[in-house]
This record gives sequence, C-alpha cells and structure tokens, in this order.
Amino acid sequence: MGFLTGLFWLAAVIVGAMAAGWVFRTAVIAVSPHGVAREFRTMPLTAGFGLLMIVIYVLVAVFAPAIAPFSETAIVGREYQAWDNVHLLGTDNLGRDMLSRLIYGARNTVGIAFATTALAFILGSVLGLLAAVVGGWLDQLLSRMVDVLMAIPALIFALLLLTIVGTSVINMILVIAVIDATRVYRLARAVAMNIVVMDYVEAAKLRGEGLWRLITREILPNALAPLVAEFGLRFCFVFLTISALSFLGLGIQPPTADWGSMVRDNATLISFGDITPLLPAGAIALLTVSVNFVVDWQLHRASGLRE
Amino acid sequence: MSHIWIMIAKRLGLGVVTLFVVSLIIFLGTELLPGDFAQEILGQAATPETVAALRERLGLNDPMHIRYINWLTDIARGELGVSLANGQSVSDLIGRRLGNTLLLALYAAAIAVPLSLMLGILAALFRNSFFDRFANASALTSISFPEFFVAYILIFFLAGAGGVFPSISNFRTDPSFDEFLYRAFLPALTLTLVVTAHMMRMTRAAIINLLASPYIEMARLKGMSPMRIIVKHALPNALAPIINVIALNLAYLITGVVVVEVVFVYPGLGQLMVDSVAARDMPVVQGVALVFAAAYVLLNLTADVLATLSNPRLVHRR
Repeated sequence: MGFLTGLFWLAAVIVGAMAAGWVFRTAVIAVSPHGVAREFRTMPLTAGFGLLMIVIYVLVAVFAPAIAPFSETAIVGREYQAWDNVHLLGTDNLGRDMLSRLIYGARNTVGIAFATTALAFILGSVLGLLAAVVGGWLDQLLSRMVDVLMAIPALIFALLLLTIVGTSVINMILVIAVIDATRVYRLARAVAMNIVVMDYVEAAKLRGEGLWRLITREILPNALAPLVAEFGLRFCFVFLTISALSFLGLGIQPPTADWGSMVRDNATLISFGDITPLLPAGAIALLTVSVNFVVDWQLHRASGLRE
Repeated sequence: MSHIWIMIAKRLGLGVVTLFVVSLIIFLGTELLPGDFAQEILGQAATPETVAALRERLGLNDPMHIRYINWLTDIARGELGVSLANGQSVSDLIGRRLGNTLLLALYAAAIAVPLSLMLGILAALFRNSFFDRFANASALTSISFPEFFVAYILIFFLAGAGGVFPSISNFRTDPSFDEFLYRAFLPALTLTLVVTAHMMRMTRAAIINLLASPYIEMARLKGMSPMRIIVKHALPNALAPIINVIALNLAYLITGVVVVEVVFVYPGLGQLMVDSVAARDMPVVQGVALVFAAAYVLLNLTADVLATLSNPRLVHRR
C-alpha cells in the first residue's frame, strides 16, 4: 500500500510539473513578440518547467530579504522545532528559521556557483580560443598543462588545493574556477580549431585583423552556441561541487546560509523520519535538473538547426 | 601483432609520465604551503634550535629537486611521511583504509556495471518506447542529484524508523563478509544509483549509433530477432565506447566515495582525506591524493588498453 501511495504522489508531482511547464510556456508565448514566440513554441514541456524553475530561483535569490520572514543568522527559537505557523519549516540545529535560511541559501549558494562558473568560463574560453588561433608553442604549452591538470580527479584536486591555500569562500571560488576552466578550455579549443581553418578566417587574417578582433568578431560568434550549452552543464557541475564541498564542511563557511552545509548540520533529523534536512538537498537537485532540462532542449535545437 | 604491443607500450609510457607529473604537482603542494613545515609539526612553542634540528633531520635544507627525488624514493619504499595531526605513519593510516574504500567501490561496481549494461541494451532494444523515455528522463534526473541527496533519501526510506539497513556503516575492524555486505549496502547502493544512469545512457547511445550500419540492416533482412541483432552483432562493435564509459565511471566511483563515506561514516580513504583537509594535515592529504590520482590514471590507462584490444582491426593490423 505504501508503495502505491508513493507511486501516486510521484505521478502527481510529474503531472503537476508538466502542467506548470505548459502554463509557463503558453504565458511566455503570449507575452513575447512574434519572432521570439516562435522559438518558445518548439520548447518541450520539460524545458518549460526547467525555465520556470530557474526564473523562480532567480526571483527568490534577488528578493531574498523581502521574502524571508526572519534573518538568515538570527536565532529565533529552540533547536529542531517542528513545522508550525510561525516557523513554517521549523528551526535548524541552532534554532534559526529553516525557511529563511533556505531562501537566503538561494542567494548565497546559487550566486557563488554562478560567479565561479563565469570565472571558469572567461578563463577557459579565452585561453582556449587563444590557443586555437595562435597555435604553435602556446597551444602545446597550454594543452599539455591542461592534460596534466585533468589527470587528477576534480574533487580530489580541489581538496588538495584547498589544503594548500586554506578553506575560505574566495579560495574555493578560485580553486574550482581553475579546475573547471580546464574542461572549458578543452571544448573552446576544439570548437575554435574547426573554425580557424575556415576560409573567411584566413581572409580576415590577410586583411590584417588583430588577434583580439579576430577572436571576438570572427571566431567567438560561431563558437557561441556550443559554449552557451556548455555553460549550463558547467554550472551544474560547479554547483554540485560547491554543494559537496560545503556539505563536507570545506566550502561556504557558517553562519552564511548555504544548502550544502544546511544538509550537513541537520542530517541527524533524517534518522528520525523528518524530511526537513532533505529540503535544501532537494533545492539543489531541483535547480540542477531544471538547468539540465533547458540545456537538453538547447542542445537539441542547436543540433537540429545544423542538419 | 607486434604493432599493437608497441601501441600499448606507448600508452603505458604515457601513463607513467602522467603519474610522474601528478606526483610533482602533489609534491609542490608542500612547497607552496605558507609557513615553515618543521615549525608546523612542532607547534608555536618550539625553540628555534629544535626547529632547526628537525629541518636538518627531515632534509628541509636541501634544494627542492633533491627533496623531490628523496620524496619519490621514499614513496617507492612505501614511506609517505608522518601525519601532522597525530604523528602516525601516513602509510599505516592509508593502508588500514585503502582496502575498505576499494571494497566499497568494487561492491558498487559489481551492482552497477551489469545493471547498467542490461538497462542500456533494453533501452536500445525498446528505443523510443515508454520504457526508453522513462529510463532516459530518470538518468538525466539522477545525474543532476548531489550524492548526499541520494544517500539521505535512501537513509530516509531504507534506514531510520522501521528501516531494514543501518544508516551508519562504521563497522568493527574485521567484519565477516556477510556483515560487510549488509552494513555497506546503502553506501554501495548510493554509488550505484549515481553512476548507473550515465553508463546506461552511453551504452544505449553506443549501440544505437551502430544500428544504422549496413551489416545490421543485412542481419535484420535475414530475419534475425532484434534481441539477437543487438547482442550478437551490435554489442561487440560497441564494446570500445562501453569499456571507456565503464572505466570513466569506475574512476568517478573513486572520487564519489569521498562524499558517500562521509554521509555513512564509512571508515575509508575519503573520510580520512576530508578530516585531513579540515586540519590542513598536508602529508596525509598528499598521500591520499596520490593514491586516488594513481587509481584514476591507472583506470583510464586500463580502459584505453582494453578498448584498443577489443578492436580486431587494431589487433590484426597488417
């Protein structure tokens, strides 16, 4: 019987999510101008749901102080209070309001993950495009360095580097950005390599275009589609890595509200059958699933256009 | 036949070089550590004389390349130094836990590899059916889940109140085999769920890629059953990518154990590493990172060699 109830709820959640995706898609098509609306018409329901979720996360992150009923660090009650009218999701191991911390966590965790991804992307794609355009010894040097860095598993390497530089938020951002930049470099270089050999790039070189102009005006626009899709995937990886590090107590440090460390702090409740500690973990999972759905749609679209 | 051995020897050589460079990076870790290593061991209260004596004893006054060579020879003899936190030999610390971690990874792999191959083949067989779509969607979902989320969901349902399995797999020093399987079931299941999805998707993709080839068309026209076509004709040619994906995921298991071990308080290398990073216990972190990196490099190496050997065109090249 328990199994059937579980199955029912699973089906209900899936149907609800798809319905939300459909409503969101219809709304977006209705309000956007004609050209943009055509793009969204091809969007599958999963991607619609993903996009809706991403929009909600961004809104929550931006307006966190306005939405959250309490401050993220204030101790407002006893430890491990149950769900009630004042503290909708109860309180955590120190008596801080769980809902408020969840809301602020959107700002902290997602914000830091986004900044890290952006940094990794700028570093990786600039170096990758540069290596492809300049070639020769620079390409060899950078590529061999990246090969070596990629020979060590990412999480282990991050832990090693964090031991060297010490655990703090800035250090974690830099360490993860460097490690992930190697993956971006690989892709950017591979994509740019195919573009560099095109005739129009040759023509631009002969015209005497400088290196910077060559990269930004000739190569980047044509390499953008795969790089944007990669940005979504990279964001998921970075987000999961940061959450894992925070969960291990080596990432975002208290008292900052952060989903990874919230799971760690309240984990004892799970053995007593309380699902509250699963909520921050679920928030992480929901966002990565949503981003993956949207990236899947974009990849599909990009490959469809190329055929 | 000799050609293939030269190729494999080259790949092995490359693997050795990689290991060498990895060891260099890990060694440089101590060099970049701010502050004095000897001071760090002895603490702030040490007199300058004792610090100087320890520096002399550890050979910290030698130039860097000499110390690197000494460090490498020490590793070759199985000496990884002494933990800063408790003065124990790092080799002993690692030796005690390495077996546990390998057992856990092996346990997970023993479930995950056959399961994902089977699911992948089934998804390829019933492609575009409801089963295929469902498998694909759940694969995409489970890839997006953080490991600790999966772990705690399993604890919530299978351990805890009225649960069957223990939520903490911190067993005594020498459990019997049955007890190990029972106690390590949840961590192994977590790791399985994390890697199965990716392996399944790639197996499916590798097989489906081949289904458009003329020889599959021929087999179909002969009137073979779809199951037989996939297992007898498509699978052998899809072996190389599948082996690669399996190795990649086994390598992922090696790093995935870190988080899972912490969740389940499993006495393995990952737990040791996390504790040591928090305490900035450099020799232990170095040692564990070296073991993990070596395992990772070796697995990728094995995958490359096996993938090469699985291709008859490369083995019997004229």
